[in-house]
Amino acid sequence: MEKELRLMKGNEAIAEAAIRAGVDAYFGYPITPQSEILEYLMEANPYEKTGMVVLQAESEPAAINMVYGGAACGKKVMTTSSSPGISLMQEGISYIAGAELPCLIVNVVRGGPGLGTIQPSQSDYFQACKGGGHGDYHLLVLAPASVQEMADFVELAFDLAFKYRNPVMILSDGAIGQMMEKVYLKPYREREKTLPEWATTGKPPTRERNIITSLNLDPYLHEKHNQKIQAKYREMEKNEVRFEEFQTEDAEYLFVAYGTSARVCQKAVQLARTEGIKAGLIRPITLYPFPSVRINELAGKMKHIISVEMSAGQMVEDVRLAVNGQTEVTHFGRMGGVIPTPEEVLEDLKSKI
Amino acid sequence: MTEEILIAGFGGQGILSMGKILAYSAMMQDFEVSWMPSYGPEMRGGTANVTVIISTERISSPILRQFDTAIILNQQSLDKFEKSVKSGGMLIYDGNGITRHPERKDIEIYRIDAAEEAARMKSPRTFNMIVLGGYLKIKPLIKIENVIEGLRKSLPERYHKMIPDNEKALIRGMEIIRKLNN
Repeated sequence: MEKELRLMKGNEAIAEAAIRAGVDAYFGYPITPQSEILEYLMEANPYEKTGMVVLQAESEPAAINMVYGGAACGKKVMTTSSSPGISLMQEGISYIAGAELPCLIVNVVRGGPGLGTIQPSQSDYFQACKGGGHGDYHLLVLAPASVQEMADFVELAFDLAFKYRNPVMILSDGAIGQMMEKVYLKPYREREKTLPEWATTGKPPTRERNIITSLNLDPYLHEKHNQKIQAKYREMEKNEVRFEEFQTEDAEYLFVAYGTSARVCQKAVQLARTEGIKAGLIRPITLYPFPSVRINELAGKMKHIISVEMSAGQMVEDVRLAVNGQTEVTHFGRMGGVIPTPEEVLEDLKSKI
Repeated sequence: MTEEILIAGFGGQGILSMGKILAYSAMMQDFEVSWMPSYGPEMRGGTANVTVIISTERISSPILRQFDTAIILNQQSLDKFEKSVKSGGMLIYDGNGITRHPERKDIEIYRIDAAEEAARMKSPRTFNMIVLGGYLKIKPLIKIENVIEGLRKSLPERYHKMIPDNEKALIRGMEIIRKLNN
């Protein structure tokens, strides 16, 4: 079947891609700038077409715990929210990670802290990549930079979530959520009929009970459990690092940026090149696992590296760890919902030359 | 080829839908497109603006400070964005309600009295299509039939009966746009 071409908002693309990817259930609560996801799903009424359940929960904690329940049954389940709502979900996310369950959580980030602003931001990087909830855990974090990737990453997220039995987050922002671009949609896929063997679907006499829990009172057993999930993260770090490079071959100055900032930096690279400055860009697509190895390789040839983020500087810490002192690393960003312009980024680069 | 366009005016003038129709019709001609609106409190009663980029290449930043073309539909937007047109670029504005007219000498300035014309045509809701027609007269990137197709795709079906009026408005816009400087 041919792929279908549409002009869509990033939020709408996520919703449509979820239906097409054969997602079993969506639980969510509205919040700007991602309410179009729930609105689109409600209007599309996918239950009629694929049997996908769409439910507006009474709150974000309710939504994430519905996800916990659905995931424990081996179903493909997801939720979406924006920064303050994602903060409310952190307890549930930690439980899901502890119980080793696959699911998709989408954060269409807005500026914080607190209720902050409804404008786009990237100030939830720490929360997404370094925990957020309590305990030693990681989400696998995907950072789309286009409406096409908003659609494509839904299916990818579920593939990865089930491969590792780990929650996956799509870390987007208000700009990509609200922006329209053209998007090629994949054909509809049937919902999965066979459930994974660990799913709690009722105990037949032929096997032991399946237990899904994040509670483990014996410290030695719980240490073993922690070692097991840590080993999983090492596997992800080995196998799942994704990134994209733009004009790095001969670059002397490197931008590191993801999502909306990466788009801005791509333009800044083009502007710099017209002025004879050899700039390049590496765009992490997975924020966890982070493309540290590649950044470390590139760092040796660079006179300066700038981490460009719509935050006070969060990813820059991972960039510095990756660069490991080979060259100078600085941060450039705007905060509180302001998107830097390519010209501003270029000016910052020029100040380093 | 890349054309970076800003459309700005009051919320309710059809700014966002004009941008959407432009993006949609460009997509029909196999261009890469992006449509980035201002959203949130700015839209409620105040000014609204949208950035549309049409390109033969992959689009980098959907957020810009400088534009090839600015289509300006009220005084606040003119005051704010006149300086955002690239040198050698183009500014189109509706003279309705404008007291301070554009002053730059390094850009091409066009005037289109679309609000007045829409009132005369007794079709105020096609105001934005008059403007779009004017723009496409100067920059014929997109064929009118693709704009009509774009309208068909982006308008809910209950409004399809208005498409002939919109087509008339597009053509009228092409006739009434005029250049103010050299």
